[in-house]
Amino acid sequence: MIDSLSWITVYPEIILLVMACVIAMVDLGVKTPLRGTTYALTLLTLAVVAVLEAFYATQGATVYGFGKMVVSDPMGNWLKCFASLALMITLVYGRPYAADRDMLRGGEFFTLSLFSLLGIFVMISGHNFLVIYMGLELMTLSSYALVALRRDNATATEAAMKYFVLGALASGFLLYGLSMIYGATGSLNVNEVFQAIASRQVKHQVLVFGLVFVVAGLAFKLGAVPFHMWLPDVYQGAPTAVTLMIGAAPQLAAFAICMRLLVQGMLPLAIDWQQMLMVLAVGSLLVGNLAAIAQTNLKRMLAFSTIAQMGFFLLAMLAGVAGGHQHNATSAYGAAMFYVITYVLTTLAAFGIILLLARQGHEAEEITDLSGLNQRSPLFAGVMALAMFSLAGVPPLVGFYAKLAVLQSLLASGDTGYLVLSVFAVMASLIGAFYYLRVVKVMYFDAPHAGLPTEILARTDARAVLALNGGLLLVLGMAPGGLMTLCGDAIAALVKTLVT
Amino acid sequence: MGLLSLAIWTPIFFGVVLLALGRDEQARAVRWLALTGAVFSFLVTLPLYTRFELGTPAMQFVENLPWIARFNVNYHLGLDGISLWFVLLTAFINIIVVIASWESITRRVNQYMGAFMILSGLMIGVFAALDGLLFFVFFEATLIPMYLIIGIWGGPNKIYAAFKFFLYTLLGSLLMLVALVFLYVKSGGSFDLATWHKLPLSSPVQTLLFFAFFAAFAVKVPMWPVHTWLPDVHVEAPTGGSAVLAAIMLKLGAYGFLRFSLPITPDAAHEWAWLMIALSLIAVIYVGLVAMVQQDMKKLVAYSSVAHMGFVTLGFFIFNPLGVAGGVVQMIAHGFVSAAMFLCIGVLYDRVHSREIASYGGVINTMPKFAAFALFFAMANCGLPGTAGFVGEWMVILGGVQFNFWIGLAAATALIFGAAYTLWMFKRVYLGPVANDDVKGLSDINAREFLMLTLLAAAVLYMGVHPKPFTDVMDASVLDLLKHVAVSKLN
Repeated sequence: MIDSLSWITVYPEIILLVMACVIAMVDLGVKTPLRGTTYALTLLTLAVVAVLEAFYATQGATVYGFGKMVVSDPMGNWLKCFASLALMITLVYGRPYAADRDMLRGGEFFTLSLFSLLGIFVMISGHNFLVIYMGLELMTLSSYALVALRRDNATATEAAMKYFVLGALASGFLLYGLSMIYGATGSLNVNEVFQAIASRQVKHQVLVFGLVFVVAGLAFKLGAVPFHMWLPDVYQGAPTAVTLMIGAAPQLAAFAICMRLLVQGMLPLAIDWQQMLMVLAVGSLLVGNLAAIAQTNLKRMLAFSTIAQMGFFLLAMLAGVAGGHQHNATSAYGAAMFYVITYVLTTLAAFGIILLLARQGHEAEEITDLSGLNQRSPLFAGVMALAMFSLAGVPPLVGFYAKLAVLQSLLASGDTGYLVLSVFAVMASLIGAFYYLRVVKVMYFDAPHAGLPTEILARTDARAVLALNGGLLLVLGMAPGGLMTLCGDAIAALVKTLVT
Repeated sequence: MGLLSLAIWTPIFFGVVLLALGRDEQARAVRWLALTGAVFSFLVTLPLYTRFELGTPAMQFVENLPWIARFNVNYHLGLDGISLWFVLLTAFINIIVVIASWESITRRVNQYMGAFMILSGLMIGVFAALDGLLFFVFFEATLIPMYLIIGIWGGPNKIYAAFKFFLYTLLGSLLMLVALVFLYVKSGGSFDLATWHKLPLSSPVQTLLFFAFFAAFAVKVPMWPVHTWLPDVHVEAPTGGSAVLAAIMLKLGAYGFLRFSLPITPDAAHEWAWLMIALSLIAVIYVGLVAMVQQDMKKLVAYSSVAHMGFVTLGFFIFNPLGVAGGVVQMIAHGFVSAAMFLCIGVLYDRVHSREIASYGGVINTMPKFAAFALFFAMANCGLPGTAGFVGEWMVILGGVQFNFWIGLAAATALIFGAAYTLWMFKRVYLGPVANDDVKGLSDINAREFLMLTLLAAAVLYMGVHPKPFTDVMDASVLDLLKHVAVSKLN
């Protein structure tokens, strides 16, 4: 019965696992400070995996493997493809930074990042509560170690502790909630849970009790208010290369587990979790945007901006079912997927700037470190400005279409409450525009501070990738149709598998 | 590529080239490239006028390509009699701005010129867009270059002004975005303006939509009481920025009323016309009085812009052909005259570095040629017959009298206030004996400034003496619009 295992669904994961081990071995023989060989091998692995996933995705097939423990569907394939690309970009930006801070010695950096990506892959592919949980733990455990990689640095160690304690708490919440749902439905399989709930034979109180814990666990991982406390500290304290590793690709996985758990597993409970998401979304939009105004540290500001952006993302997640109908599901979850992918692209650009401006003994993480950047490097200032305008949702940048898609899915539900919610959301993003504009102001309107290096020592490969990254924000803004259709089709294929 | 696409993308292409290539060491080459680009961009808009077919309200030069398939958004462009002149005006003002900034901008010349070229293309896009989302994208995208122009090359309080400009206008347009998406959903998945024009809507929905559009356009126009950003921004913006802001950007808002508020929510427009007329009259009279007491020349012209734009919105909401056509003519005329007024202030500011009226006096003695131009534009600003400023105001007043004698009379008082504040400023700045050493040391305008002011003066004079080409073009479109607005859309 070897065929029914459908090994094909996990080829990318196997490649990742093998290569993570190979790279750990190879690194023993590499002595150069920049670790050129292991770096190249890692990028090669990621490129192969990304191409493989893109190939699977274009096939458009939904294949279950290992007794329906894992699934390979277009949504998952695309998310894994983008997660690999995001990690590639992260490594291109982050390698010189990590080398300067002695983080490449020992070779854990590349191996751990591959393991963290493997965790992301398992989370995305998981079609069983325990598999999803296992992927989550693999990802977060690798991340804890990555944050603590600069063990002599006090803030990094503090951030690692906070991340670990609160992350473990969140995992506990999630696991507890999942066990409740297992108790009520008698299954860990996503599809069977869905059917059990839909049959209405299950005790509703137990389900909702479990659901509360699941949503709280997810909210922790997403950084939604009131479970956001860890996020600013970890973003600020972690070495910037690791911050980007936590802040970019894992968001794709967070979206995926929201889809797997809440939509594929518990859509019949939508009326319950939508209310919880609404509270989380409103809180995140409000707290994230207001608190970001007060920040002087750029990484911390971007952390609060992430909280606010996740609030917007949650709005899309809650618009899928209205009045018991699912006709809005494809557009709403498609909007959420588009939102997350473009958010990751923008985050990469913004943190890429911070990484490339940093140098030995200088972090470039205060907002004032960007002062007069336009005079020092028009390219860097231009990319950062594009990223900021995109996060603020100003057309013709891609962030605008993400917000537009969310607003569309909210209003398409036809619910007056959602109309009020969308007006609230745009007003919150008006507040958000202020602090994004402030970054542009510092770069363009202010003179460079005394003591800032006039020359920027970024490597050519990083420069090229950065220009490409910034250019994509604009190009996707001029022609967002392709990516939108991609997300829409992927979600449509997923919605089709739901048993109604 | 269609003519309209060419009109939009030519300046943007030149702008991108300027941003990519220029360095301050080659400022001279950058300026010439910018001028070439601006002239070329203007030339490609000329066929739009020569090939424009009169007497039909239909959209012309239509281009319609699918853009975002998932939302059924189309790259749908077209011109009618209302929008035609604004495309040409935008391209024309762009040339003037490049000439005006030839010497005064020395830092990051390529970014300055590039920003204006891109801005010009985006604004043409606003006037040409026939798709709701495309309109919004162009409308919002203009904020980015203008924000940078004010913030980088502005005066001492530029940062405050740049933020005020951006956030104030963003506030309005975000509400409009919700309205646009609402209409998209309501119309069953279309962003097409023509579809929206036909969409029946209930009365409360129309009222909500009307005020959502009002939030965006009234701020942009700007109407009293949301006009307070304009004087602050004008004072801090560089001369070119002020000229484009007054000449074109304010018109984006007024144009929005004609394309969105009136045809999409005609019943709400009729219902709330009293409010719009009241706000317009307050702008005309009260803001006119406010202009009179200003100490700063730019502030004075900024308030005068608010008052003149009050005429435009007044004309739109009295719903008769004279009023609407007069409003549009006034928009074009104000485009020329306000640009010229700001450039005149710029000429003085370049030499003395002060905008205070009190720092001048007797400029006519040292700059006679310039004073002649300034007098001419001052006369145009107060609406002297024979200049562009007269035509639109006269049409609106006539329309106002047709609508209601007292409204016409109230609007007509603006001619008195307009003359009062403009001429009083002219007297204090230009006439009398030489006031101080700064004025004594002034040198008259050079060939570049002469060329720039001559171009504008010719336009103002031509439009004043022979407004037929302007009004002929818009007649059919204005009548069609009014016919459409007169029909109720309540179902």
